[in-house]
Amino acid sequence: MKLRALRFLLRKEFLQIVRDRTILGMLLIMPVIQLLVLANAVTFEVKSARMYVVDRDHGDMSRGVVTRLAASGRFVPTESSPSMSEADKEMLDRRVDMILVIPEGFERGIVRDHRAPLQLVFNAEDGAAAGVMQSYANAILTSYAGELGAEVNPMLARSVSGGTDPAPMRGHPVIELRRRGWYNSELDYRQYMVPGILVVLVTMIGTLLTAMNIVREKEAGTLDQLNVTPINRSTFIAAKLIPLWTFAMIDLAIGLVVARFVFHVPMLGSLVLIFFAATIYLVGALGIGLWISTVAETQQQAMFVTFSLLMVYLLMSGLFTPIRGMPAWAQWSTEVNPIAHFVALMRAVLLKGARMRDVASHLVALAVISSVVLSVAVRQYHKRSE
Amino acid sequence: MAGRRSALHAFMIKEMWHILRDRQTLTILLLLPLAMVVLFGYALRNDVSDVRLIVVDPTPDHATIALRDRFAGNPRFEIVATSRTGEVLEPMFRRGDADLALLFPPRFAQSLSDGVPTRLLLIGDASDPNTGSTMAAYATAVIASYQAEIGATGQAVRIVPELRMRFNPTLASVNLFVPGLIALVLTLITALMTAISLSREKERGTLEILLVSPLHPWQIILGKVMPYLLLALGNVVTALLAAWIVFHVPFRGSLTLLLLSSVLYSMVGLALGVLIAAVTSSQRAAMLGALVGTMLPNALLSGMIFPIASLPGWLRAVTYIVPARWFIVISRGIMLKGVGVAYLWKELAVLSIMLAVLLIAAVRSFKPRLA
Amino acid sequence: MNNLTRRFGSFTAVDSISFDVRQGEVFGFLGANGAGKTTAIKMLIGLLAPTSGQASVAGFDVASHADDVRRHIGYMSQRFSLYEDLTVRENITLYGGIYGLTDAEIRDRGDALIRELRLESSSNERVESLPLGWKQKLAFSVAMLHQPAVVFLDEPTGGVDPITRRQFWETIYGVAERGTTVFVTTHYLDEAEYCDRISIMVDGRIAAMGTPAEVKQRFGAATLDEVFVRLVRPPAAQPSERA
Repeated sequence: MKLRALRFLLRKEFLQIVRDRTILGMLLIMPVIQLLVLANAVTFEVKSARMYVVDRDHGDMSRGVVTRLAASGRFVPTESSPSMSEADKEMLDRRVDMILVIPEGFERGIVRDHRAPLQLVFNAEDGAAAGVMQSYANAILTSYAGELGAEVNPMLARSVSGGTDPAPMRGHPVIELRRRGWYNSELDYRQYMVPGILVVLVTMIGTLLTAMNIVREKEAGTLDQLNVTPINRSTFIAAKLIPLWTFAMIDLAIGLVVARFVFHVPMLGSLVLIFFAATIYLVGALGIGLWISTVAETQQQAMFVTFSLLMVYLLMSGLFTPIRGMPAWAQWSTEVNPIAHFVALMRAVLLKGARMRDVASHLVALAVISSVVLSVAVRQYHKRSE
Repeated sequence: MAGRRSALHAFMIKEMWHILRDRQTLTILLLLPLAMVVLFGYALRNDVSDVRLIVVDPTPDHATIALRDRFAGNPRFEIVATSRTGEVLEPMFRRGDADLALLFPPRFAQSLSDGVPTRLLLIGDASDPNTGSTMAAYATAVIASYQAEIGATGQAVRIVPELRMRFNPTLASVNLFVPGLIALVLTLITALMTAISLSREKERGTLEILLVSPLHPWQIILGKVMPYLLLALGNVVTALLAAWIVFHVPFRGSLTLLLLSSVLYSMVGLALGVLIAAVTSSQRAAMLGALVGTMLPNALLSGMIFPIASLPGWLRAVTYIVPARWFIVISRGIMLKGVGVAYLWKELAVLSIMLAVLLIAAVRSFKPRLA
Repeated sequence: MNNLTRRFGSFTAVDSISFDVRQGEVFGFLGANGAGKTTAIKMLIGLLAPTSGQASVAGFDVASHADDVRRHIGYMSQRFSLYEDLTVRENITLYGGIYGLTDAEIRDRGDALIRELRLESSSNERVESLPLGWKQKLAFSVAMLHQPAVVFLDEPTGGVDPITRRQFWETIYGVAERGTTVFVTTHYLDEAEYCDRISIMVDGRIAAMGTPAEVKQRFGAATLDEVFVRLVRPPAAQPSERA
């Protein structure tokens, strides 16, 4: 009996969704736009820094520093002059990102004392970028120092990046450091972000549209009409959640296709696993939407609350900034943040080829969170309907 | 004239009541900026403080132990696993339990003392290219200093970089973020709320009543937007205070200039809101339009969180029409650099032009309603 | 119902009302705005839980057998509550299915309904395109689709032209004659004259009840209008709690 009523309700829901052009647009167009814009915009990648060179030494070694820095591709020398105030002005005008100052006596210091200072001035408005650039510069300078050491004193240990001298001196330790990065071999930041953005997509649809959909019925008064019928609340809730769940999955599929063919995100892991996780995750996301619909009276409020809530969740989920960088309390909070789990899972499965047992902890967390959220939301919904 | 003014006055008060009565939205409006300041101040950082390291050491000896101790003693690193073979790498990386792995060759110490090039392998989880490089750089530094130590002492050449971080010595991301937050809050209140409020009146039909009343159309617009303007400025001051008191975000420039620029920027937002309300047919569409057309570009394309320099060329071109982009340059300039109009005139001019264009468009789109 | 009461916090919306409605009668439920009419109706149809007291509709207690109550009643709310973006037919099919009619029943009764309302040409158009009068008639018919024992109508003729109103009341009489109890709230006091019995609610209590003639006689008034005014705004009235 109840199932039959559910069937009729589902038919109505699908009809309504398909006929509502705004929602349909959100379901079909929004994912694509989101992916294209977000994937390209959301990046902290620091490509290169424009460098102003204040060279007061004018020696071979100072030139060497500049050449080494430039050769890495990360530092682009723009202008050079002995005037610090000029350099400052350029930085203030945002024409350069950093200033390299090589003081007088640099070469002399190296040769005589085996040490010499220089100055790196970064525009730290973007603290993170400055930090990254700084570590690059450090690495380059260290390796150059090693080279200089070999020049200045042939008895010294070779540079850490591996020299090519075929006859090393006996008795002197030589370390060759090789570096390799696993996953994301092209170091394309977008590949890192796209799986996370897919999560955003799916969440938006699940939570926002659920909330709006139910509140719309509240606003129109049709909710009361349904409440008077023999349909019980659970049937009603199921009728609301199932269509959106379906659409969210469809969007996930579309998103994955775009990810694969436009962004070349490797799909190393099992897609079945992804959809399985998505199912569990969506239950929670839809539940949040249900809960929101009980506190919002108009669709605007629903939108507002949803966006604000989602924004906070997203920012705290490790999607944009690494969880490792957060303070302890924030890291704890990610344990109960379903977005954090799903993003981590997506990244692990798609980029690293993780298997079920590798992401088991995330799956369990998602299951627990989703069931708790859904039961709380359903209970709240029952209460509010009194 | 006095009659007109008091009508406008009454109208504005009514608008204020509307806003105050929607307690839910109001709470969010006030709390959200504060929450974001807290988040960005405390939680959202790009630096990596804890590198989880796997050490693969087939034949431990005094040299490998020495280098391992270097890492163990370094607060940046945490050795999460030690093993004789590299089998443990894949599962741990896949589970996300480790960030970096250091692989020693067999008979490390012997090889070093023989003077043979001894290969150390550093494998990193580079799914996040940024943190991947940074972590590898940290490790390289540790190895480099070990290398220098075991080499002939006293003769290693060292280039000592002195670092200066202009405008943000502590590299605190909150300093970077707060100027952008102001832009976000202002846009939220001006463009978004105005669009919703106006379109709601349009949908309900109460706007027609207003248009028929003795109030001039510009008075209607003014009356509607004034309360939001005040609310916006109040919110900005609150957020600034919070940022300053809790996080010691610097404020090096002129407060007056910042407030004036905020007013200018708010007006751009208001004009945008009016325009959106005029061209959309329903409240829902207005809200969506405002969200997608103003909030999203604000958050993503204005340089507020994600640096514009990282954007691909075509997106960078798009940012030129995002008003927030220009405002953020102004607010950062004032707060972090302490510069004045002399440096910021270009941005102020751009905003003024945008305001003029939007106002004309907004007024023109409302005119047909009058007929 | 018996001593039915509903409180919202410190405000008593419905204060201990008691009465019975006979089967097949057209009962008019009158009262000023905010007198508690809508609250009372909502308690009867199961949308609100009573704070105290009990009521039974169609033989079932509203508190303990809410589901049974729902199966045997129809409801037409004050605000139009069919789905505007669905077609006439789709609305019929939906509510038919919800109330457990078989596919055949849905089809047959739906056809009959459409024929009666002369909506054949617009049966596949969205409801939002229908003029208001037709919408109301459609809502009523859909409420009757599952042949309920009692039907509750909340201000069914709001904003509709006089001719349509009269047609509406003819339909109401029709269903009442066939044994359906009709519980109507209305603002139009001339409509109240059409009812078998009426009751007038003031400030949460029942101030008058009986056939229209009885009520007029008791208050010595010629029209129900007068009765109404006299009840709702008694001389030397204390200011009510709500403005």
